[in-house]
Order: sequence, then structure tokens, then C-alpha cells
Amino acid sequence: MNTTNDKIVVILPHPDDEAFGLAGTLAKAVDNGAHVTYACLTLGEMGRNMGIPPFASRVTLPAIRKEELEASCRAIGIQDLRMLGYHDKTIEFEDQEKLAGRLASIIAELQPSLVITFYPGYSVHPDHDATGAAVIRAISEMPADARPVVHTMAFSANVAEDLGEPDIVANVTPYLRQKMASIQAHRSQFQAAELVGSKPLTDDEIISRFGTEHFWIYRFAE
Amino acid sequence: MELINPIKVQQMIDRLKDQELYIHLEMTTGAYAAHLDSSKHPAATFITNALIQYSHGTIAGNGPYRVGLKMGQGWVYSEGLTHYEQNEAERLIMAGHDSQGKLIVALQLSKTPF
Repeated sequence: MNTTNDKIVVILPHPDDEAFGLAGTLAKAVDNGAHVTYACLTLGEMGRNMGIPPFASRVTLPAIRKEELEASCRAIGIQDLRMLGYHDKTIEFEDQEKLAGRLASIIAELQPSLVITFYPGYSVHPDHDATGAAVIRAISEMPADARPVVHTMAFSANVAEDLGEPDIVANVTPYLRQKMASIQAHRSQFQAAELVGSKPLTDDEIISRFGTEHFWIYRFAE
Repeated sequence: MELINPIKVQQMIDRLKDQELYIHLEMTTGAYAAHLDSSKHPAATFITNALIQYSHGTIAGNGPYRVGLKMGQGWVYSEGLTHYEQNEAERLIMAGHDSQGKLIVALQLSKTPF
């Protein structure tokens, strides 16, 4: 990810999935000349956070989150945002072959050197796991020598036990301005106390909580 | 969303009775409930754009509120409603938010699909 002119495809299910675990890495890559496409499967229509006090409703949330996603991508510098139109919470119930096929066609079109998604089975939310599984399925079907590198995010309680320590520990402190702008762009979502606390964070707290991003390199069975 | 005004909500319930309506009914603990606290049992359910019709409906309680809608062959019931959309002239949009502001329950009725 340190070379210039990388082509990166990010495939995640929800607006804001890019913010906490990935925004700094992407901002750095863009700064180094990478072209980033973000394929976001849903609009997070079923999110529980509606702002505090609630300014969104089930009815207005999709449009609000679409704008938040666009603002987050601008903050990071993502050049190509694609909203794939699936419905929140339903990724695991889609026809998995069709879903993988759709993702495969995006990968075939863009020919990225790197794909970033969730590690299937270690990413807590069923949409995260299903999205990661569909990406892995799509790339598994490519010839081994044509496959892009796949970096995954994972955060289930058993991730270190099963997968070991992350392969990549990225210091994104120089890109915290972009990352915090990405997080704050999702304003209906990130007032939640367990995510950002009830008080403004100090610079040191921001660095310790958001300054490092972790990735596991997916290893394909041949 | 505003805190529920039960008089306004009752007026809308009455206005929408005896006709086919699309319903969105939902309850959720959130997908991260067990990740954040392993003693929690994550549960969620929703149904969107099913058609219903009720002959009689009432909002009850002192807040959080309950709503019951009596249908030809059964009931729609929802408890824990705190907020509604006061600017909706044709639809009833209600939700219950917990102390952290998170949606925990939703009940919506509309003549057109959501």
C-alpha cells in the first residue's frame, strides 16, 4: 500500500464501515497517488442510531446516510463511490452466487492491485461477514496469479486467538484529520457514547483510539 | 422526530383505519448487542411493506406508549414508542428510542410503500 498509483477497491456493506478501521489507510493511499473505488453494498437503512436527539427516522435514514457516505468519501479523498443498492441486514440472504458475481464484475472492470473488505467469520455483523465471504468467493474464482492482494478488517472477540496478530499495523496518525472528518461525516451515527464518548476527545485520546488501523492479509487456499 | 403527542397520533390512527396500508414493524437490540456485552441476547425482527387493514386502533400509556391495531383476523401491537414524525400528513411514523437515542422499536403505516 506504500507504492504509488495503486488501484484499490474497498467492498463493505454499510456507510461508516470505512470510517473507524480504514479511513486513515485510505487517506494515506490517496495521498500517495492511489485510486480508490468504494463499493458500499447498502445504505445502512436499518441502523439504530438516528442522531441525538433523533433527527432521522426509518423513513429518512437512507437518504441521510447516503449524504453522510458521500461526505465521508470526500473527506478521505475517495475518487469513485458506488452504492450497490442492497438492503441493510439482508446480504447473507441474497443469492450468494449472484452477489459474488456482481462483485467479481466490479473487480474485473477495475483490476485493482488491492481489495479491502471484512474477514468473513470474524467481523461480528452478519452483513460484514457475508460481504467478506462474497468478496473472497469472487476472488477465489480468479486464477491465482491474477488475484489482487486482499486486506481484511476483523474485530470479533476471538480474532487474535484464531487468526493471530494482524499482518499490518498501520500508523495513520498523520491522516487523523481526514479520518476524524470521515467519522464526523456520519453524524447520524457517531454521537453514540460507546463510540466517541460523551465528552470531546483530547488529541492524545484521538491518537490512541484512532491512530492505528489493523489488517489481516487473506490467504487463499490454492 | 418529536416526542409523541398521543392526541395527534390518535387522530392519525383514526384517519388511517378501514383501508389497506403498508406497515413497517420492527424491534431490534442491535447487531452488536452480544459483541458489546456477552450476556446480551441479540434479537431483531422487521417486516416491511406488508399490507394490513385495521378497524380500530388506539395509542395507550403515558410514555413510552403502546399502540394496538385491531384487524379482521388479528392484531398489530407495539410497545415502547417514544417519538413520532409530526410533519407527516398522510403517514404515521413512530419509533421508540432508548436512553442512548438508539432505535429499539418502530411502527410505521402508509398508504404507499416505504
